[in-house]
Amino acid sequence: MGGATVVAAATVPDALTFAIAAVICVGGAFGVVLMRSPVHAALSLVATLFGIAVLFVEEDAQFLAAVQVIVYTGAIVVLFLFVIMLLGVDRKERVLADVFKGQRVVALVLGLMVLAEVVLLGRSRWTTGAHSATGSLEGSGSNVAKLGRALFTAYLVPFEVTSALLIVAVVGAVVLARRPDHRPVEPIEEVEVPLVPGPDDDPFGAVGTDEDAGGSTAPDETASTVPEHASSEPEHEPAEVPST
Amino acid sequence: MTGSTGVLGALAAHLLGAGGLVLPHLNYSTILPELILLGGMLVILAASALSPRPLPTEVYATATVGLGIASLIASLVLWRDVTSHGAFTAIARSIDVDGFAVFFLVVVSCILIVAPMFAAGYLRREGITGCEYYVLALISGSGAMFMASANDLILIFLGLEILSIPLYVLAGLDHRREASGEAAMKYFVLGAFSSAIFVYGIALTYGATGSTNLAEIGAFLSRNVITSNGVLLGGLALLLVGFAFKVAAVPFHMWTPDVYQGAPTPATGFMAAMAKAGGFAALLRVFVSTFPTLRTSWQPVVWVLAILTLVLGAVVAIVQNDVKRMLAYSSINHAGFVLLGLEAATARGIAGSLYYVFVYSLLVLGSFAVVAAVGGNGDADHDISRYRGLGRRRPVLAVGFAILLLAQAGAPFTTGFFSKFYVVEAAVAAHSYALAVIAMGSAGVAAFFYLRVVFVMFSDVGIAGASDVSRGGGEIARAGAVAAEVREQDATLLGGAGASAVATLVAPAYVAAPELAPEGTPSEPEVSVSPWVTTGLVLCVGATLVFGIWPQPLVDFAHQATLIF
Repeated sequence: MGGATVVAAATVPDALTFAIAAVICVGGAFGVVLMRSPVHAALSLVATLFGIAVLFVEEDAQFLAAVQVIVYTGAIVVLFLFVIMLLGVDRKERVLADVFKGQRVVALVLGLMVLAEVVLLGRSRWTTGAHSATGSLEGSGSNVAKLGRALFTAYLVPFEVTSALLIVAVVGAVVLARRPDHRPVEPIEEVEVPLVPGPDDDPFGAVGTDEDAGGSTAPDETASTVPEHASSEPEHEPAEVPST
Repeated sequence: MTGSTGVLGALAAHLLGAGGLVLPHLNYSTILPELILLGGMLVILAASALSPRPLPTEVYATATVGLGIASLIASLVLWRDVTSHGAFTAIARSIDVDGFAVFFLVVVSCILIVAPMFAAGYLRREGITGCEYYVLALISGSGAMFMASANDLILIFLGLEILSIPLYVLAGLDHRREASGEAAMKYFVLGAFSSAIFVYGIALTYGATGSTNLAEIGAFLSRNVITSNGVLLGGLALLLVGFAFKVAAVPFHMWTPDVYQGAPTPATGFMAAMAKAGGFAALLRVFVSTFPTLRTSWQPVVWVLAILTLVLGAVVAIVQNDVKRMLAYSSINHAGFVLLGLEAATARGIAGSLYYVFVYSLLVLGSFAVVAAVGGNGDADHDISRYRGLGRRRPVLAVGFAILLLAQAGAPFTTGFFSKFYVVEAAVAAHSYALAVIAMGSAGVAAFFYLRVVFVMFSDVGIAGASDVSRGGGEIARAGAVAAEVREQDATLLGGAGASAVATLVAPAYVAAPELAPEGTPSEPEVSVSPWVTTGLVLCVGATLVFGIWPQPLVDFAHQATLIF
């Protein structure tokens, strides 16, 4: 949007900065999609977000640039990396595998449609209103001061109301993450067994052999191979707890 | 103490002197209902955390009902202000205090008074302890209130999130059922997606008009004629998508059946009532009061949305055998009726929509409360066969449910009749004849599946004739089922409530029969209703009947609300 004015008043360093940042952005975006390792994909995302931060500086929005780096590259990507690490770093993404049938074709068509829309919107004249009353970048004063002023005048209520959102986040996370009191947390070995199965034995095959052998085999062996048995067993006892 | 205030004062003076920072006047009374809910929520949260022993769920329910009543009183005080002084904006023009906003404050307060009663009975039965349901419900209600009284797109977005995120969590409140977690996940992912679309809509609208303030956007658009308004229309479309998702309008309804079915039943009722109230509050305000100049652009889109919603909601609900899922589709159908008022975009249409939302929220809360009671422990079974003979086993409950269902169908002498009547009348007055005809047809189709449940409840044919059926084999039953299907088609074609009623009278008894035949003895599910649920039902059914027979006060309220915009 500001692109038009930037190009009009563009000096060579401006154009150069824009070009380099744009290349970083788009290159990073491709990296996110095409990298085989999830960690590399997340790091490519850092490149994209960093490129956007550079563009913000170019647009005279220094505060946004700083926030972009601190929040997105600093916090959100680190969160992604945490999740990736927890789920297993070693798993390679099969980039070319179709998860849903026909997904690739649909994605391509939709992507082209979005591209066409962007081009169409870009070609038509962008009618924008009067310069924003609350956040105009023209005139004197620093970016941060203007933003702070807007937050505490025009956007005071939204700013205050955000606190309710934070409370929701806390309560919601506690409710969803907390296990019910009466259900014991599953022991670790029961979780780990199905995640790392032996190289040659099939856990489901093992169920069959255990059942064939009858009830004479040790019960803890079934419990360790089949997580369903282990988790459903303690459920019967706690069912009585709330009724008392 | 004095030193610190002195420093603060000096700092403030310095800031005011240097930058001319004029802090807006914080008029707390204008957001008092919201503050009551949020403050009370914090107290409940602290009490539950600090109490040595877990408090019984009824304590929290009582507190929540009390907060609902308090916010209702605060809303009525605001209503008095508005009627005596006229509409005004407050706190840097981001809060609108007008009849429209206060109407929705009242609706939300009423939902919050009734919903905890239904939840208390359910949570006690299911052994779900803790204050979470009530805390989340209160936050959600405050979000809906902010949506209703917001005069700023940013505040509407925040209200939308504060409304929605507790609903996602409420859907997953029941840890023991997998469907509950699945519903929460589905609702969350799709809801987050729709919120993102909504924010993008805000961004484009801001880019096109230079403001997020609804009044300023409206003023800008009335001052300027925009020749190439692609960006603005794009923003408008994305805003509409965000709202349509929230109110479950077709084709953005995909989440509704699964989420409604998976969520704990009282949470479903709350979700249906609250999301529709908040969503329609903001939708109506943004489109009717902010973008009236673009009406020729958005009206056809709303027209299509309304038709799709009306038709799909009614037609798909017919084939549902799960009552909870059937009510989910019926809620989609109801959304279509509210959209009628928006499509008309007249004062009459908006009044009809407001009235509809109010009526619907009480009806749906009561209906889902009965479903929760009949569904049995752990939301085990909501199949329609469970309702067979309910009229004999629990006559009062069955009559209450019948009244709520008939009201949803639009039967006379209930609020449901007037709600449908007003929106259709508004559509006719706005010359949307096709839409009005489709709406009436869809009401006829919808009558079928409501009456089907009613008939199943009061038919003991299946039980009395159970031995006959088992002796005579399944032929009678099968013939009955075929007849029922034929009649169902007839009913669909005619689209008349009368025809559906005839079909219903004949069909379900036989449809129900085959399930009975193998057992020989009918299953008699135990239905227990706690006093809390009874109280809530009395309120819902009472409001339905009283305002159905004497509709003037509520109609006047809705009408006045649109006048003081």
